[in-house]
Amino acid sequence: MLSYILKRLAQTVLVLFGITLITFILLNVVPGDPVAMMLDKRADEATIEKVRHEMGLDVPLPEQYINFVKGAVRLDFGKSYFTKENVMDALVRSFKVTVKLAVMSFLFACVIGLTCGMIAAVYRGKWIDSLLMTLSMVGVSAPSFWIAIILQIVIGLKLDLLPISGFDGPLNYILPSIALGTRYAGSIARITRTSMLDVIKQDYIRTARSKGVKEFLVIMKHALKNAMIPIVTLVGTELGYMLTGSMLIEKVFAIPGIGKLAVDGMMNRDLPLLQGTVVYIALVFVIVNLVVDISYAFIDPRIRYGKGGE
Amino acid sequence: MFNKQKKFEQAVLSGEYANDDIEYSSYYKDSFKRLKKNKMAMVCAIIIVILVIIAVFAPVLAPYDPDVQDYANILKAPSKAHLLGTDEYGRDILSRIIYGTRVSLSVGLLAQALATLIGVTLGALAAYYGGWVDTVISRITEIFAAFPDLIFAMGIMFVIGPGIKNIFIALGLLTWVRTARMIRGQILQLKEKEYVEAAKASGATAFHTITKHLIPNCISTVIVLVTLGIPNAIMYEASLSFLGLGIQPPTASWGSMISSAQPFISYLPTYSIFPGIAIMITVIAFNIFGDGLRDALDPKMKN
Repeated sequence: MLSYILKRLAQTVLVLFGITLITFILLNVVPGDPVAMMLDKRADEATIEKVRHEMGLDVPLPEQYINFVKGAVRLDFGKSYFTKENVMDALVRSFKVTVKLAVMSFLFACVIGLTCGMIAAVYRGKWIDSLLMTLSMVGVSAPSFWIAIILQIVIGLKLDLLPISGFDGPLNYILPSIALGTRYAGSIARITRTSMLDVIKQDYIRTARSKGVKEFLVIMKHALKNAMIPIVTLVGTELGYMLTGSMLIEKVFAIPGIGKLAVDGMMNRDLPLLQGTVVYIALVFVIVNLVVDISYAFIDPRIRYGKGGE
Repeated sequence: MFNKQKKFEQAVLSGEYANDDIEYSSYYKDSFKRLKKNKMAMVCAIIIVILVIIAVFAPVLAPYDPDVQDYANILKAPSKAHLLGTDEYGRDILSRIIYGTRVSLSVGLLAQALATLIGVTLGALAAYYGGWVDTVISRITEIFAAFPDLIFAMGIMFVIGPGIKNIFIALGLLTWVRTARMIRGQILQLKEKEYVEAAKASGATAFHTITKHLIPNCISTVIVLVTLGIPNAIMYEASLSFLGLGIQPPTASWGSMISSAQPFISYLPTYSIFPGIAIMITVIAFNIFGDGLRDALDPKMKN
């Protein structure tokens, strides 16, 4: 177990190093001098040089990279070119919003996905199974930002039930969470159904039924518990995706989250902000996946000893 | 979709999917027979063919020029003259959706072509040579896989600039990882087969062994990966264009149409709804057909 964790940790360190390197190389080949852009055309050579020096942009690229990594290790990504705000402060502030959105979407996806998947498995082949599986196919195939706009039109504008933008109160959270969670609810429903059907075929389920255990208990206690491992595996990685892939929903609902920060950074060519956001988002993703993997190694011994290390 | 790909991946890596000992002509004939029995997959195949026809014959099929502006007819609701209405420049929405089919399908196909090229090459090299080659390629694969997908695609688009060619490149760079992993897994198993040893013993070069003996035996895996990869690429393109980092105006793309429709949702809601339906139909058709294809190419995979 310990060796598995150590191996996984070493891999993570390497991956994080690679991510900072790729991000740095990518963003430093962007055409256009950021300092000249920031200062506009009015600035003379001397001013540009002065600002370059202040920002540490007058040293060779490898040195800039080392300084960037040194800063990143201390979670210091410098200051935004535009707002002059400390990038880390902006990241923390925006990330809090995104976490709220992701957690709500996650709960929505789990509750709806598990329920629909279980109902579909129990009523396999009946109309309700076909209906739920069609809906889940629509859920995974429709773009989330489009679902978001439909929700705005139908629930926000036509029925006038919920606000369609902003993120100030609990009522504001509902539509974005549904929009972000739908796709994941669909895939959870599909894997729950498959996994439940695998388990329901097993002998111990027949035994439980023949003993006269109530059908509801058979499903909840015997079947669901054993069908959980593939479901939990999927759910864990999906949390990572929700935490890092919310920029589309944030754009539709004008939510000031981490995705909006990334998009803003790109639109303004604000390199420190962008570099910080990309590395931060990747860091969150990698750490969530690390935690998920290690916890599976606890749950499922096959991962610890078997091919799971690959 | 995601789960099925994962399951498929596991099956390939565990060797269930190696079909090297089946005679070729009858293997594909049998697969095709199985595929024909799958009604849903066949319906989706027909939808895909129709989409391709729409894309190819867009100039003939579109009732209007997609880029011609008509300020007398701005943001009109669907009518006989404009079946799906007009946009904020008076352009015909139906014609723009028809032309958007070209963008989506070509992005899907070319991005997958690039991903397959990179993925198969790196996967095959890693598996064939093993040792430090495998270590280096596998570590690179890990780093690419660890990047959250959308922010990675956004970053590349930011660097190389918007435009359709750059979308091919960004999505190709994003999606080769899965192909590389699966091809590596499959070739690791194929490498141990007698006919590969025989080829090596009779003096075949590494290039010959890889291109004539190993890769041809991975073709069915590649076909399934490409079919299931196309809808993913289409979805990424729509997302990037929606964020303003993909296809640039005035070119019609489904994602950018939804983006420009967003300010008008209360005035003309249908404007934002129709392009989304086009995305959904295309993605569903490729997903169901891809699933059917996978089940047909390997009946053992069927759950």
